[in-house]
Amino acid sequence: MSDVQTVLYDVPGPRARRRALIGTVLALVAIAALVGVALLRLADRGQFDMDLWGPWVDPSTDEFGQVWSLVGRGLLATLIAAALAILLSLAVGVVLGVGRMMSPGLLKTPFVVFIELFRGLPVVITIFLVWRVLVELERSTGVGIGWLPGDDPLWWLVIGLTLYNSVIIAEILRAGVASLPRGQAESALAVGMTRGQAMRFVQLPQAFRTMLPALVSQLVVILKDTSLVAVIGLGYQELLDRGNQISLNLDNPIQSLLIVGAIYIVINYALSRLAIYIERRLSRSGMEAGGEDAVPAT
Amino acid sequence: MSPVLDNLDLYWSGFLQSLEFIVYTLVGSLLLGALIAACRVSPIGALRGFGTAYVNLLRNCPLTIVLFFMAFGLPEIGINRSYFFFGVMGLTLYTAAFVCEALRSGINAVPAGQAEAARAVGLTFTQTMRSVVMPQAFRSSIPPLGSVQIAMFKNSAVAGAFGIGGDLFSVSKILTSARGYDIIPVLIGVAIGYLVITLTAGALLAVIERKVAIVR
Repeated sequence: MSDVQTVLYDVPGPRARRRALIGTVLALVAIAALVGVALLRLADRGQFDMDLWGPWVDPSTDEFGQVWSLVGRGLLATLIAAALAILLSLAVGVVLGVGRMMSPGLLKTPFVVFIELFRGLPVVITIFLVWRVLVELERSTGVGIGWLPGDDPLWWLVIGLTLYNSVIIAEILRAGVASLPRGQAESALAVGMTRGQAMRFVQLPQAFRTMLPALVSQLVVILKDTSLVAVIGLGYQELLDRGNQISLNLDNPIQSLLIVGAIYIVINYALSRLAIYIERRLSRSGMEAGGEDAVPAT
Repeated sequence: MSPVLDNLDLYWSGFLQSLEFIVYTLVGSLLLGALIAACRVSPIGALRGFGTAYVNLLRNCPLTIVLFFMAFGLPEIGINRSYFFFGVMGLTLYTAAFVCEALRSGINAVPAGQAEAARAVGLTFTQTMRSVVMPQAFRSSIPPLGSVQIAMFKNSAVAGAFGIGGDLFSVSKILTSARGYDIIPVLIGVAIGYLVITLTAGALLAVIERKVAIVR
């Protein structure tokens, strides 16, 4: 509860408490009715049958081991793609952000154009384009990405995600530097540092600290976006793609999607809590978690 | 670029269909998001719990799963609608969680002293909310609400890739599979379509933000 919310009303007296009780009962009834209707509908259509749930929850079924080993491999593929994408995004994002901040005059333009371009593009289209352009490039010039470890689809996804997220990180970094007190850069220049040194030794280290929660939140966005490959048919077998294979084979989309969805939610919820925890720690140690909101917009 | 120039009419109709999709989702997600935000700040614990659960579930779940659930899950329990409808519904449910958080962050941005002062001069809860807290909260939630909605515009491409039919993304499918054009110039045309939407919206948002900005 926030400060504003707690000062909005008095400690409730007997009448207000009675009203709140009635409200609570009504709300609970409404929620129960909503859930009840959904459950009835599911039960009515036989969605609780064990032949639909069994492969997921009953170790004695034939499919149980197979299903969970597919999910395990899918999860691993998702985590690998997300980890590569966040690391590359961080590296590229720092270059872009510093480039935009430090370049004089017209030299700034390519950075601005690149950032605005990929920030405005839907990430699903970016991934799609990267995939087709890289395939076309390899076909016409023979220059491919085959030398990279892992399969090509992994890198199509990772490069696509990196183009989008590096731009976001560049902007978070810029906001982080802008939120520092002016005196930081000024005093660095005053003791004889060059602008580059001031950026490297004074501004960036502080900006990195304030952007840590935003980075963790961005990892949530990346984890969710890895699942886009299942829509465009890129051929990277990550968690959702595996889940779809399973649901096609077992003909149980509701059960499979619920369980795969729950896996994403648990991981992302844990990461979101971590971001909030880091943010609280930073603000307790006197650092404002600065710049961008720690909760990204997607 | 001739695949784009030769088929400008197709792109235009796809563009309009995408806009229609976006407008439905915009209205739906703002209404639902406001309702859930009201739940999250209400004095009734059960509603707060419901709001919190909704936001945490939907915000941490990939949009793709929500859409898959709409398209493949709902027909299993006898709900059969067009993919366009499922797309609007899925993206609305997903975006509403972010709208709720944007509105809530606006309420939290109002300094506690404002509400205290309103209470001190004798305003009731409703009066405090209506004449002091909400007008300020609304103004401070404009920037996050704007970025949430721009993100939604971009997410509409996911629904498009899924196949709501007739939108910008489906143009690429028609042109490549039925008319045999190269995918890359076709896709660049689609990308430009989305850029027109997102960059215009971004510029518009910047203007609105300057108008409603509060100096604290």
